Amino acid sequence: MDSIGFGAAWLQYALGGITVGAIYALVAIGYNIIYNVTEIINFAQGEFVMLGGLFAVFFHETCGFPMLPAFLAAVAAVALTGLILERYVIRKARHATVLSMIIITIAFSILLKGGAMLVWGRDPYRLPAFSGSGSILWNGVAIQPQALWVLAVSGTIVACLTIFFQRSVYGKAMLACADNPAAARLVGIPVRTMIFLSFMLSAAIGAAAGVAITPITLMEYDRGALLGLKGFGAAVLGGLGQFFGALVAGLLLGLAESFCAGYVSSGYKDAVALVLLLLALFFKPEGLFGSKEAAGLKRF
Amino acid sequence: MSPRKLVPIGVFAAFMAAFPWIVAPFESVSHYTDVMVFAGIFCLVTIGLSLLMGFAGQISLAQAAFFGIGAYVSAILTGRFGWNPWAAMPAGAVVCAAVAWIVGVPALRLKGHYLAMATLGFGVIVHIILNEEVEWTGGPSGMVDIPGLSIAGTPLLSETAWYYLVWTFVAAALLFSYHVLHSRVGRALRAIHEEEKAAEAMGVPVASYKVQVFVYSAVLASLAGSLYTHYVTFLTPSSFDLMWSIRFVLMVVVGGMQSLWGALLGTVFLTFVGNEWLQVFADFEVLVYGAILLLVVLWVPQGLVVWMQERLRLRRAADLSRSE
Amino acid sequence: MVGRGRNRCVGRASRVLLWVCALVLLTPVGVLAGGKPYKIGAVFSVTGGASFLGEPEKKTAEMIVEQVNARGGINGHPVQLVLYDDETDATKCNLAVKKLIKRDKVPVIIGPSTSGNSLAVVSVAEAYKVPLISCAASYKIVEPVASRHWVFKVAGSDKHVVGKMYDYMQAKGITKIGIMTVSTGFGASGREELLRLAKDYGITIVADERYGPKDTDLTAQLTKIRQSGAQAVVNWSVGPTAVLAVKGWRDLKMEGIALFQSHGFGSKKYLELCGDAAEGVLLPLARVNVGPLLPEDHPQKKVIMEYIRAYEAKYQEPISSFGGHAWDSMHLALAALQAVGPDRAKIRDFLENTRNFVGQHGIFNFSPQDHNGLSKDDLEMVVVKNGDWALAE
Repeated sequence: MDSIGFGAAWLQYALGGITVGAIYALVAIGYNIIYNVTEIINFAQGEFVMLGGLFAVFFHETCGFPMLPAFLAAVAAVALTGLILERYVIRKARHATVLSMIIITIAFSILLKGGAMLVWGRDPYRLPAFSGSGSILWNGVAIQPQALWVLAVSGTIVACLTIFFQRSVYGKAMLACADNPAAARLVGIPVRTMIFLSFMLSAAIGAAAGVAITPITLMEYDRGALLGLKGFGAAVLGGLGQFFGALVAGLLLGLAESFCAGYVSSGYKDAVALVLLLLALFFKPEGLFGSKEAAGLKRF
Repeated sequence: MSPRKLVPIGVFAAFMAAFPWIVAPFESVSHYTDVMVFAGIFCLVTIGLSLLMGFAGQISLAQAAFFGIGAYVSAILTGRFGWNPWAAMPAGAVVCAAVAWIVGVPALRLKGHYLAMATLGFGVIVHIILNEEVEWTGGPSGMVDIPGLSIAGTPLLSETAWYYLVWTFVAAALLFSYHVLHSRVGRALRAIHEEEKAAEAMGVPVASYKVQVFVYSAVLASLAGSLYTHYVTFLTPSSFDLMWSIRFVLMVVVGGMQSLWGALLGTVFLTFVGNEWLQVFADFEVLVYGAILLLVVLWVPQGLVVWMQERLRLRRAADLSRSE
Repeated sequence: MVGRGRNRCVGRASRVLLWVCALVLLTPVGVLAGGKPYKIGAVFSVTGGASFLGEPEKKTAEMIVEQVNARGGINGHPVQLVLYDDETDATKCNLAVKKLIKRDKVPVIIGPSTSGNSLAVVSVAEAYKVPLISCAASYKIVEPVASRHWVFKVAGSDKHVVGKMYDYMQAKGITKIGIMTVSTGFGASGREELLRLAKDYGITIVADERYGPKDTDLTAQLTKIRQSGAQAVVNWSVGPTAVLAVKGWRDLKMEGIALFQSHGFGSKKYLELCGDAAEGVLLPLARVNVGPLLPEDHPQKKVIMEYIRAYEAKYQEPISSFGGHAWDSMHLALAALQAVGPDRAKIRDFLENTRNFVGQHGIFNFSPQDHNGLSKDDLEMVVVKNGDWALAE
C-alpha cells in the first residue's frame, strides 16, 4: 500500500493516457491529411488502424515474417486499401454532395469491417511486443516497453511529416492543393495525384498506429469505429488540418480518459472524449489551434 | 391533391389494410405480419429522418438515440412508476423533444461532416448512459417485464392488432409530414436544402426551421421507441446503438431521400431484407449492407423510388415514340 | 407495334412475378422427412456479436439430431431441427421465435443463446404457451417463476458462479476484494451478483471498476484496485478485455493479489492469447470444460467424454462449454418428446418434473419453483497450470 501511493497511481494513469493518446493523435493526423487535400472527412479512418494491426498479425504469425518486414508489409497493404478507396470509390463520387460523401465513407468502413470479419473472424489476435515482453516496474509504476515503442513510432511519424510538408516538393504541393486547389492546378500541380497520395499516406499512418498498438491491446475486426470517433475528436479539438494541434489534442484526450477512469468513473471513460468533442464542436468549432478565418473559408 | 394522385394512394392504403388477411392463408408467409409490425415502427423513425435529410439536407446519426430515449422513458414510467402506457408515450415524446432542442440548437449551426460527427457523438453518449445508469435503465442486462398496451381495457395481444395500431401511427405521421412539406415550412425547407445562404437572405429563419424539423424527427423516433417497448416488453441498450442509427440512414437513402414514399419503401424493403431474405447471407450480411449502401449512393443517388419513377417514365416515353 | 407494347407489358409482369416467387422461395422452408417427424425449434446467435456461443450450439444440436435419426429417431419418428440464426439481434430473435411458433408450429424451442435475446422472447413463449429452453445465464429468464410458466434454462446462473468463487475465497481467508466488470449484459449480471452476495460470505468489496468491451487499456482500473488494499481481484468479462486484464495484472506485478476470472474465461483460446501470463488465474468452470480431469466414478464423466469424442471426431475442433448448453437443452427436449410426444403443455409439465437429469453442465433437478435445476455444486474451481486447466485445491 505504502510503496504504491498517490504519486505512483497518478504516473500510471498518465502513462496509460499518453500511450492511448498517441494513437488518437495518429488517427487524427490521418483525418487531417485527407481533409487538407480534399476537404473530405474519411469515416473509414479508424478501420485503417484495425486493418494495420490485423495485417501485421497475418504477415508475422501466418507468413512468418520478422517484425520489421511484417510492420512494413502491413503498412503497405493498408496503403493499398487507401488507394483502392480513392481510385474506385471517391473518384467516382467526385461530384457527390457532402451528405453522399459521408454516407460513402461510412459504407466503405462497413465493407472494411465486414471484410475483416470474414477473413480474420471475430477473435482477437495478439502480436509479440517489438522488443522484450513483460514490463519494467519502476517506483511502483509499470512501464511496458511497447508503450515506449508506440510513442517512438508516433514521434517519428510526426517528425517525418513535418519534414515532408516543409521540405519536399510533394509535401509543398499537397499543402498548396489544400490552400487552393484551382490555383494549384493552374501552377501545374497534379491535383489528382495529390489526392490519391493523401489517401495512401493517411491509410499508411493509420496502419502504423494499428501495428504499434496491437501488442498492447490485441486487435479484432470491430475496433475501428470507436478509435475513428475518438481520433476525430482529437482532430476537431486540435483544429481540423492542424498537425501539431492533432498531436496535442490526441494526448489531451488520452490523458483525460485515463484520469477519468482512475479518479471519476471507469464506466464513463468513453464518454469523456465524446463530451469534449461535442463541446469543441458547439463552442469552438475551429479547434484549440485553428484560426477562425481559415475555418470560415472551408466548405464545411 | 389531385384525384389522379389519390388513386394509387387509395390502392396502397387498401393493400396495407388488407395485408394481414392476404398473407394469413399462406403458411410460409403468414408471419410477414410480425415483420411488418417492426417495419412500421422503423418507418416512424425514417419518415422523420427523411424530412431532415431529404428536405432540410441535414444528416443525423443520432436517431437510434432518440428511438432509445423514447423507449426507455416509456419503460421507466410504466415499469417503475406504474404510469399508463398511453400517458408515458407523450411524456417520452416531450422528453425527446426537449433533448433534441437542447442538442439541436448548437448542433444544427454545424454543417456536413461536423454535424454528422456531432450527432454521432451524441448518439454514442446516450448509448453509454443507457449502459451505465443501471439503477434506472437496468444497464446492459436490460429491463424486463415492461407492461404491454391495451386499448379500452382490452390488452393488445395479437400481431394483427399491433399491425393496425402501428400502421395507423405511420399513416398519421405520413399525413402530418405531407402537410408540413406542402406548407410554408416545407417550401422553406427545400430552399434551405437548395441554397442555404440564399434562403437566409430571403428572410427564411433557417436556423429555427432546421431545429424544428430536427425536433419533429426526434419526436417521431420517440413514439416509435415507445411502441417498440410495449410491443417487445423488453429493452437492452444494444437495440439503440450506432449501427441502428446507420441502418436508419441506410433505409432512407436506399428508398430515396427526396420522397416520403422512399423512406417508407426503403424501410419495409430493408426490414424484410434483414429479417427474412438475407438470412442466407448470415455473416455476409454486413458486407451486403455496406455494398447496397455504396452502390445506391454511387449509382442511384436519388434512391429507388425516384429511380423507378424515372425508369417508368422513360419506358413510357420510349413505348409511345415507338408506337407512333 | 401496339402488340409488341403489350408483350413487353406481359414480359414485365411475369418478370415481377418471378421476382416475387424467388423472394418467397428464398425464405427457408422446412425439409420433409419420411414419417411424421417430431420438430424441435432452435434459435441461436450463429452469427453476430455472440457467434462464439451460437456456432458451437448449432453444431452440437445438428450433431445430436443426426445421431438420433441414425438410431431410428424417437418412438419411430424422425427428429427434425428447425434452426434460425438471430444474428445476436433482439428484434430478429423475437421474429424468429414467432416464426417457429406460427409457421413451423414446433412443440418446443431451444435457445436463444444470449440473455438479452432470451429475455426479449420470454413474453412470446408465455403468450403463445410454448415451452422454451434457453441456453443463456441470466436468472431473470426464469424468475419470477410465476410469470415464467413456459420458460426454462440450462445455463447455470451467475449466482452459482459467484457462490462457488466466494466459497473458495472464504476457504482461503480472503475478505477484501476488488472487482472489475465489463459494461455488457454479461458483465453487468456478474457485477450484480458479486455485489449482492458479498455480505453473505463476509467479503467486502473495496473497489468496483467498470470498463467498455472495446477498451484497449485496463491498467487504470487495475492500478486503482492495487491501491485499494484488495486481497483478490475478480474480473468479469469475455473477449479481448478478459485477456487484457490478465496481461495488465501481470505487467503491474500484482501476483500477490490473486486474480479470479468469471466462467467466461473458460476457453482454451484465451489461454493461448495470454501465454505464460495466465499461470495461476483462478476461475469456476462447469464440468464439461474439465471432463478429462474428473474422477472415473463421477456421474457426469460418461456423458461428457462421449460428447467430447463425438464432437471432436465430427468437427475437428475442441468442444466449448456453450455447445454443452445446446447438448443439455436438446437432450431435455428429446426426453420430453419421447415421453409425452409433440404436445406443448405436456412437454412443459414433463420438463418441470425432470429430476436427476445428467447433462454436460451438471445434474438437473427442475421443480415448479426452480426452472434452472442447477446449483453451485455443479461447478468446479479451476486454476491455470502449465497452460492448461487443473482442479484447484
